[in-house]
Amino acid sequence: MIAPGALLSARGLALSFGRIVALRDAAMDIWPGEVLAIVGESGSGKTTLLNVLSGNVRPDGGTVAYRSGSGAVVDVHAMPAPALRALHRSEWGFVQQDPRRNLRMNVSAGGNVGERLMAQGARHYGNIRDEAARWLETVEIDASRIDDLPRTFSGGMLQRLQIARTLVTRPSLVFMDEPTGGLDVSVQARLLDLIRSLVARLHIAVVLVTHDIAVARLLADRIMVMQNGSVIETGLTDQVLDDPHHPYTQLLVSSVLAA
Amino acid sequence: MEGYNFAYLDEQTKRMIRRAILKAVAVPGHQVPFGSREMPLPYGWGTGGIQVTASILGADDTLKVIDQGADDTTNAVSIRRFFARTAGVRTTTRTAEATVIQTRHRVPETPLREDQIIVYQVPQPEPLSRLEPSRVQTKIMHALGEYGLMHVKLYEDVARYGQVSISYDYPVMVNGRHLMAPSPIPAFDNPKLDRMPALQLFGAGREKRIYAVPPFTSVRSLDFDDHPFRAIRAPHACGLCGATDCYLDEVVVDDRGKRLFVCSDTDHCATRREAGHSGADSLPEAAE
Repeated sequence: MIAPGALLSARGLALSFGRIVALRDAAMDIWPGEVLAIVGESGSGKTTLLNVLSGNVRPDGGTVAYRSGSGAVVDVHAMPAPALRALHRSEWGFVQQDPRRNLRMNVSAGGNVGERLMAQGARHYGNIRDEAARWLETVEIDASRIDDLPRTFSGGMLQRLQIARTLVTRPSLVFMDEPTGGLDVSVQARLLDLIRSLVARLHIAVVLVTHDIAVARLLADRIMVMQNGSVIETGLTDQVLDDPHHPYTQLLVSSVLAA
Repeated sequence: MEGYNFAYLDEQTKRMIRRAILKAVAVPGHQVPFGSREMPLPYGWGTGGIQVTASILGADDTLKVIDQGADDTTNAVSIRRFFARTAGVRTTTRTAEATVIQTRHRVPETPLREDQIIVYQVPQPEPLSRLEPSRVQTKIMHALGEYGLMHVKLYEDVARYGQVSISYDYPVMVNGRHLMAPSPIPAFDNPKLDRMPALQLFGAGREKRIYAVPPFTSVRSLDFDDHPFRAIRAPHACGLCGATDCYLDEVVVDDRGKRLFVCSDTDHCATRREAGHSGADSLPEAAE
């Protein structure tokens, strides 16, 4: 069920919403520490695939297997809800396109970063605060803003705060849904740089959904192209982008505007 | 009383409430829904507590009712008279003589015994209500024991005010499992709930929930290792009985800003005065 050495493996995923087929026999593997980008046009099933992989949406068919930190292989959709939630709180992270969906907007930045620590049982205020301050520095937010509410933050800062909040428990696998969507180009570049360095330093595996080929090229080790709910091409990023085989991938790559 | 069942509620309703109470005792701190009835007093005046009391009251019980520690306020007097009339039970203001004590906002200073039951009136049974508005979500959080959110609130308090700023209805962990609202008793009273020999029942009429803490069950106030829970009281002695270890009310005694600190537990204060204790009377300067 799980490929040798892989962190997460999906096989034969199928899902339809009524007559609309969202996933058709989709399969993927991700290995520890690698960044896998899922690209495709709107409605190609990227976000649905991400939701199915992370256990948030149950597929009609197929399996998702995860190798946990203890080495045990678990079936994500067969495990009890408490175990799945615990996994989401500890070994997994989810970065939303809109950070407001993930952050608590009426809780200070420090509280937002500390929440996952406290949910895991951290009960020492000083330690939680130090860790939160360290993470704010890591994502290039001035530590003096630790007690400020997120609503006073800019869009880019919110996204970086969300990343700090997600990575504070040092997850081994992070799902990212268009993490740079809705940000202007210079902020995007800084954020991509940050994600790339953090992921490399902390050895985090990332499943990244994006419609932006440039983001995929910059961040991803491997790339997966989706169309109409099917995976049509997969391979090393440079290989797929420089030598696309499938006609749709060729169209996708050639439609990128040269900067 | 003619035309009414013993203790006002009909027997079927009492059975339903007793079943809820049994379940609540079996799962300490867990909120059990029940079919709350219309009672002849408004919501917020103790409709939950009065239904619990009505269901557990027997003919040979002695009832004490307190409101903010006092036996002589409107709420306490009317509920006590209500049961004196509808159940004909003996009533008392002495904590030690009572077998059932219904209370609003205080736990008596006199330690309770194994043969006593204390019934709390609860306005909001859900300790997470101000943090998570969805009942569906809070039920899941209780079911899975996910209480990180409550600690986020404590974190925010310490970050903002240097200490936890909750002074009443201070959240507690019951039996190491369920997060519970102890009803709006002052945080000062929280330590009394821990391993109390008496059975503690909580009734929320408007919210239609009953929960309980069985005798000798651990009740721990939430805190941080480096910011431990502290029971806060006004740093004064009671102006009437001189007590320095009980919870005080601040009373304005004239129109020139003169203040008096007195025991909020009137029975405790009276008992001490009968035993010969006295305070600096209504001299707030001396009470400093």
